[in-house]
Amino acid sequence: MFNKKECVAMLLAGGQGSRLYALTQTVAKPAVPFGAKYRIIDFPLSNCINSGIDTVGVLTQYQPLVLNEYIGNGQPWDLDRLHGGVHVLPPYQKASGADWYSGTANAIYQNLSFIDRYDPEYVMILSGDHIYKMDYAQMLSYHKEKNAACTIAVLDVPMEEASRFGIMFARDDGEIYGFEEKPKVPKSTLASMGIYIFTYSKLKKYLIENENDKEATKDFGNNIIPALLDNKERVYAYRFDGYWKDVGTIDSLWEANMDLINPNIPIDLYDPAWKIYSRNPILPPQSIGKNASVQNSMVTEGCVIDGSVEFSMISEGVTVEEGAVIYDSILMPGCHVKKGAHVEYAIVGEDSVIGENAQIGARPETIEDKDTWGVAVVGHKLNISDGAVVAPKAIIYEDM
Amino acid sequence: MGVNMGNVLGLVFANMHDMTVGDLTKNRTMGSLLFGGRYRLIDFPLSNMVNSGINAVGVITKDNYQSLLDHLGSAREWDLARKNGGLYILPPFGNANASLYAGRIEALNGAMSFIRNSMCEYVIMSDCDVVGNIEYKPIVEKHVESGADITVVAHTGQYTADEMKMSTVLNTEADGRVNSVLIRPELSGTCTASMNIFVMKKDLLIEIVSDLIARGMVSFESDVLQAKCGELKIMAYEYTGYFSKITSVNSYFKANMDLLDPENAAQVYLPKRSIYTKVSDNAPAKYDLNCSVKNSLIADGCIIEGEVENSVIFRGVKVGKGAKVRNCILMQGTVVEDNAECNYLITDKNVTIGEGHTLTSAPSYPMYVAKGASV
Repeated sequence: MFNKKECVAMLLAGGQGSRLYALTQTVAKPAVPFGAKYRIIDFPLSNCINSGIDTVGVLTQYQPLVLNEYIGNGQPWDLDRLHGGVHVLPPYQKASGADWYSGTANAIYQNLSFIDRYDPEYVMILSGDHIYKMDYAQMLSYHKEKNAACTIAVLDVPMEEASRFGIMFARDDGEIYGFEEKPKVPKSTLASMGIYIFTYSKLKKYLIENENDKEATKDFGNNIIPALLDNKERVYAYRFDGYWKDVGTIDSLWEANMDLINPNIPIDLYDPAWKIYSRNPILPPQSIGKNASVQNSMVTEGCVIDGSVEFSMISEGVTVEEGAVIYDSILMPGCHVKKGAHVEYAIVGEDSVIGENAQIGARPETIEDKDTWGVAVVGHKLNISDGAVVAPKAIIYEDM
Repeated sequence: MGVNMGNVLGLVFANMHDMTVGDLTKNRTMGSLLFGGRYRLIDFPLSNMVNSGINAVGVITKDNYQSLLDHLGSAREWDLARKNGGLYILPPFGNANASLYAGRIEALNGAMSFIRNSMCEYVIMSDCDVVGNIEYKPIVEKHVESGADITVVAHTGQYTADEMKMSTVLNTEADGRVNSVLIRPELSGTCTASMNIFVMKKDLLIEIVSDLIARGMVSFESDVLQAKCGELKIMAYEYTGYFSKITSVNSYFKANMDLLDPENAAQVYLPKRSIYTKVSDNAPAKYDLNCSVKNSLIADGCIIEGEVENSVIFRGVKVGKGAKVRNCILMQGTVVEDNAECNYLITDKNVTIGEGHTLTSAPSYPMYVAKGASV
């Protein structure tokens, strides 16, 4: 017996995240460390619990080990529940055969039986690669108020960026009458945030129809939303005006981290009424040494800092030795930066070791040809030997 | 020699030594006294028990235990939310006519039904006045091997008169057998002092407690260790690892500051034997543009805009612009407003040091500012 739930959230966390290169070689994108003590998936999971949604299915497929372990029984997000809670949903073998998730819509289709157990009125579709704080309860009331089949959260983006998104065309009352995926010449600036609420009966109907269509790519953006619009279903845009960032690329991941220490960016992690939860490491407080200088940065538990840290995000258990310089960089959990090493405009993966006097990345002002400049990336669990140089924009997959 | 640590019952005395740190325990137990930036003192014995393989722990409390209950919750954070065993909180047991216990024996008597019901053969008892990462397994193994009736964990070293005044001193023979006991002696110098961690068989504990209660005796130290050291085989176990013992406000201050030295911290925070504590889901600590932090422990949730040096800063503390914090212990939620200065202070939870104010004490006498005070 399962208690009925008004709304069940399904979180798409199976994508490979190939544009994060070395950072997603062994880790699914939603499990990539973010903001010193979080992983990307903490944001949608915390939004769920803060919005009163206590039943969440997490659809995993690519490199699920770290992600599964991280989610565990859901306790850090208060999602270990007698009824509902968080459930990891990998593809599985059925009597009729076994299939990988072949698209976002197919992933939900394969888990209709999971949703059915809670007999929900509404289903929320979320992605595991966005950083934002949003009250889904307000979006759900909007969906009900509009008596919609589907509500899509949208963000007004600058015209010059609009071609990177799925762009919605909406009437003044919010009803969507068309959309274009990544248009070359955008005719609107309402970008889809990849957050949908469906009336479950409609969702189920369209998923089944889509599954029976052999031509379909089994994707929400390509198939389900166009089908709803073609059939004149009520599809509404829910305008969101807070901070939201897709962290699907190295540059956007780096920028979103830096946004957390930018006083002009409206994302507040210190609001007790809307905490972002994460699985806490069991580590002592950060120790800032006699030779340290830390400014404009975020640092978390278990760090031992004796070097200079500026404009950086330092995750749990990181060591920065005396004389090392960390500037405009992201150090993921367990990194060790040895004496005299310089890490500048770089992302260093989990448990990697940067040898003495090594140089990782460079400040843009030191580079003449700006086209060759970019954020340098060192993958997870790598050793960079003493004195080694990693050029800006380089992506390191192996020890050097 | 192997001992199944699942066969050892842990007992933690949360209220012993409350009086040693004065106002710091006015509204809490010794066990719930905040320590080291994110811990409470009870985290140390509890973590040591769990890391030693003990499955069942009883926490014996007396009064002021609200903060302790809040801290321990379901004990999941110490991995003691178990189907078999786990954590039991044992408040004083009795009716309206019963008074609060005076000594360890009465405290144990109040917990007697819990102790009797345990299937464990051995009991390890600890107070909350010792900070350290201590492995209990070798202690229990030594206890079994030596055939002792009671093993007292002790440390031989230099002690000041102030420390001795709060200690139980053991005189031992070459093999470690205790032949006489001094309680709170007026002495100083080299001696072997008890760390208030004891191992014995459960049945012997039950027998001793029942016997002493019938005779109206309440003190484990004087009525058992001192009075029975001829009759029982009481052995001292010499502990040589790092630890601090908290016997006064000054030693509390020093024990915190000692952890600023990375060599000391490395002996308390071991990667394979974590010290567990309650999680509070704070954001990381944020260091502002013109801040300066040196030689300090900083917990998550802090926002540092001023200067901090030689200090231990708990979760969610704010240090404003131009503020100077030196040689301080600032507990959870303390706010040091812009341009305020603090030196040698211990602020309790949610203290506010107003803008531009200066509060200074001396190294020999750190000033305590009570919970919630606004200065």
